[in-house]
Amino acid sequence: MSISTLAAATDLPPIPAADIEYSLIAPLLIVVGAAIVGVLVEAFWPRSSRFAAQAVLACGAIVAALADTVWVYTDLDRVEASLTARGQVAAEGALSIDGPGVFGWGILLVFGLLSMLLFAERRLEGGLSAFTGRAADAPGSPAEADAVQRRLEHSEIFPLALFALVGMMLFATANDLLTMFVALEVLSLPLYILCGLARRRRLLSQEAALKYFLLGAFSSVFFLYGIALAYGYSGSFELSAIDTAVTNRTDSETLLLASIALMAVGLLFKIGAAPFHTWTPDVYQGAPTPVTAFMAAGTKAAAFLALLRVFYVGFGGAQWDWRPTIVAIAIVTMFLGAVVSISQTDVKRMLAYSSIAHAGFLLVGFVGVYAGVAGSDRVTSVSSILFYLAVYGLSSIGAFAIVTLVRDSGGETTHLSKWAGLGRTSPLLAGSFAVFMLSFAGIPLTGGFIGKWGVFSAAYSGGFWWLVVIGVLISALAAYFYVRVIVLMFFTDPVGDGPTVAVPSPLTTVVIVVAVVGTVALGIIPGPVLDLAQHAGAFVR
Amino acid sequence: MILSILAATPIVGALVLAVLPRGSATGGQMRPKVVALAVSLATLVLSLAVLAQYEPGDGGYQMTEQHTWIAAFGAHYAVGVNGIAITLVLLTTILVPIVVLASFDDRLPDPKGTHAYFAWMLAVEGLALGAFMSMDVFLFYVLFEATLIPLYFLIGSFGGPRRSYAAVKFLIYNLVGGLLMLAAIVGLYVVSSRQGDASYLLSDLKNLDMGQTTERLLFLGFMAAFAIKAPLWPLHTWLPDAAKESTPGTSVLMVSVVDKIGTFGMITWCLNLFPEAADWASPVIIALAVVSIVYGALLAIGQDDIRRLIAFTSVSHFGFIILGIFAFTSTSMAGSTLYMFNHGLSTAALFLVTGIMVSRRGSARISDFGGVQRIAPIMSGVLLLAGLSSLSLPGLAPFVSEFLVLAGTFTVSIPAAAVATLGIVLAALYILIMYQRTMTGPLAPGAEGVTELRPREIAALTPAIMLIIGLGFFPQPVLTAINPAVDAVVTHLGKTDPTPRTPTPIDVPSEQEGGH
Repeated sequence: MSISTLAAATDLPPIPAADIEYSLIAPLLIVVGAAIVGVLVEAFWPRSSRFAAQAVLACGAIVAALADTVWVYTDLDRVEASLTARGQVAAEGALSIDGPGVFGWGILLVFGLLSMLLFAERRLEGGLSAFTGRAADAPGSPAEADAVQRRLEHSEIFPLALFALVGMMLFATANDLLTMFVALEVLSLPLYILCGLARRRRLLSQEAALKYFLLGAFSSVFFLYGIALAYGYSGSFELSAIDTAVTNRTDSETLLLASIALMAVGLLFKIGAAPFHTWTPDVYQGAPTPVTAFMAAGTKAAAFLALLRVFYVGFGGAQWDWRPTIVAIAIVTMFLGAVVSISQTDVKRMLAYSSIAHAGFLLVGFVGVYAGVAGSDRVTSVSSILFYLAVYGLSSIGAFAIVTLVRDSGGETTHLSKWAGLGRTSPLLAGSFAVFMLSFAGIPLTGGFIGKWGVFSAAYSGGFWWLVVIGVLISALAAYFYVRVIVLMFFTDPVGDGPTVAVPSPLTTVVIVVAVVGTVALGIIPGPVLDLAQHAGAFVR
Repeated sequence: MILSILAATPIVGALVLAVLPRGSATGGQMRPKVVALAVSLATLVLSLAVLAQYEPGDGGYQMTEQHTWIAAFGAHYAVGVNGIAITLVLLTTILVPIVVLASFDDRLPDPKGTHAYFAWMLAVEGLALGAFMSMDVFLFYVLFEATLIPLYFLIGSFGGPRRSYAAVKFLIYNLVGGLLMLAAIVGLYVVSSRQGDASYLLSDLKNLDMGQTTERLLFLGFMAAFAIKAPLWPLHTWLPDAAKESTPGTSVLMVSVVDKIGTFGMITWCLNLFPEAADWASPVIIALAVVSIVYGALLAIGQDDIRRLIAFTSVSHFGFIILGIFAFTSTSMAGSTLYMFNHGLSTAALFLVTGIMVSRRGSARISDFGGVQRIAPIMSGVLLLAGLSSLSLPGLAPFVSEFLVLAGTFTVSIPAAAVATLGIVLAALYILIMYQRTMTGPLAPGAEGVTELRPREIAALTPAIMLIIGLGFFPQPVLTAINPAVDAVVTHLGKTDPTPRTPTPIDVPSEQEGGH
């Protein structure tokens, strides 16, 4: 008896097998596969060479995924709608493999690869990684001393980071809200753990992890509640169905607004926008610096793509309801990030506030909601934000990589006063850091300038010319503290015994060189990357 | 192609200096200086080759070169020179070798920084040349802002005791202006892309239709950057601090070369892109320019620090330049352009000779000098000549330009011109008082160390002095190049020069009066 007759006999509807476009989502599968293999390696590989094996596995998987991402991108179908877009909805509507999403995969994988190189750096701590030897030991306990004595290392950091990476990639391409929530958790949970694993200053690190976990869990719940209300409003988790409902205003306004607000809280938390930014400085400071670099670049990029997708695709029809609020948030975020960082004395906290200010600048481009017009290749909100994220992430990873190198006997010396005169003793290192600072400040001939130009032009195109003026004035304010670091490094005499600049292995050197070259190249010849971002087109719904 | 090579030469030179091996503590310090001088001389030769190819009678851009740079922004790499641009290009290429030669003995806070010092100087030269030659607003903006980085390091790394404060003040002030201009640049992009493909080319933007309010706002964005850079009262306060804390060479590069990008930008970009808005704003700008002239001169009289004095005289002189630009007559605008050239020369001579005095005396206070003439006659002669050129003595180059500015302004606004004339009187005061206190009378105690100029210093200063005297008597070659370009701007503004009123009517052809 065949299955169909059985189904007919028992009057059950046929259950079709899910139709998954494996070739399209292969980059995701590669990364998640490598993460699972990593867990097995953890169980079966001999301890002596496990760290190296994990590092090679992680880097290899990311490179393979990156190569496949390039292939997927070139193969995306062109969608002829009112706006140029390319890609398709895949995995039964759970994912939208489209231009911006795949571009996002590309930059996330690059950030991931650079971060893995920093994770694998072992020369700075005398042959050990920057992560604690045995996380379960209480700080200062005899057990910890024992772990140090036995030169233990956690090599689980690599699979954890890969899981976080796959979460980020999923977050950037999720087409329904449930997938997006799952992605949010997959990306967050490993990061909570990674934050608490610093080898030095473990109490600070554990405090950071706990703070991040509690606040992160809190914001996830907000996000989930928003999803529930959106489902209540539209009867669907899919963004396109929500869009239809929102455009037709099928249900009560209150439900819609509450849903938008709650989901905004969850997403704005992840990007570090005011007033949901308070975790950023503590977590950035406490986390092991390679993890901070990974979070600063990766989480921000993934969360921004999700924010764009939810608000442009799902709530695009209600943009006149949410734009005024986001404008206010953008101004507050830029201002707060710029002003508070002036008073910071710790490099990592300063970079954290700088990341808040940058979230504000990105939001300026976001509220422009400029989608372009057919037949014109004017820079759109989406493409300008993609470019900005690429530049910002690259410079951030480079800047944090440099932070790992400036050390004294107690590990990294992050107090700014210790950085005085660094330009005299190590001109190359200080010069590289200056390049990142100038890029953050948006000085021409660096990628940061082109990025700023892009987001401002998107806001201007969207009709917010006055927001652009506010943005440039705050940029000048922000420039003050970036410049202050340069003053400190180059124009101030060293105080007492300055920090020593550790000689890293080629891993960190490669990261810094790539970041410097990329930052400058994106400032002088931004054309290729900019065209790629522009070519990505609109979201596919 | 030759223009690209011209701008690239100093940049390449700067890179070579940066990677040049650091020699031993004594012997190695000579090499970077010689390399820098050679590169700057090569640039000068190239600029003379450009001059040889240049057709002075033509008002448009020549030797143009154009490539798409960032397609998505509509930005091009487009360079070319017209009469105004080539004047300033020559000013730059003439001044940099002088500055490099005069800076050989500068006592740097960190002797290991010699390579960096000269490399940054060459970087300024290359970026400024690019800014003068660019025909694309985006390219211009990038180069204009990029000059901040080398100047910032020149002030902050190699200046006086309060150098880091001065450097930060300089950078933030200029960055605020520059970022407001960025907002306007972004606006231009949006306006131009609404009317078809976006383009930043001067030739495309010239005829852009943008609506009155937008035009005025964009004009203000551009003007903010240029007025801070130039500097126009009340946005000038960064200049005296920066000039006081810089080395003389840096001061020359800053005031004589980079600040000229501000006034150059007013003519080339503000007037060409926003003619109606410029007309709308001109009464206010003329008033501010006149205030600058008088205020700068009055404050210069009151200074005891020689470097701050020169900075304030520059505020006054920039007032004249801006006045001439916004009077919108071809006479005054040609005068302003010539003034940029002459002011560059005379200020360079002043900064360099006083810099030598200051470094020998170990103090910049006028009251610490006195009677130097007795022990250093050539030095005092050079100071007198440079000072006299700064107060526009007839027979020296700045006189011609100041006269043209005032003559052109009189036909438009008699009150403005009358008040501006006060500036000339005050200029005599601040220069002569300074000269009298430092050079004449009995030798002041402590000033014995101010010895005579050395041959190398004389060699550095001679070209500037020669040009000041030469152009004082025969400015026509420069004016021949400037006039057609300026006429094109005035025509674009829709202005015609007022017909001179004469007691007996003469049959005057309307386009006759252009020179002096």
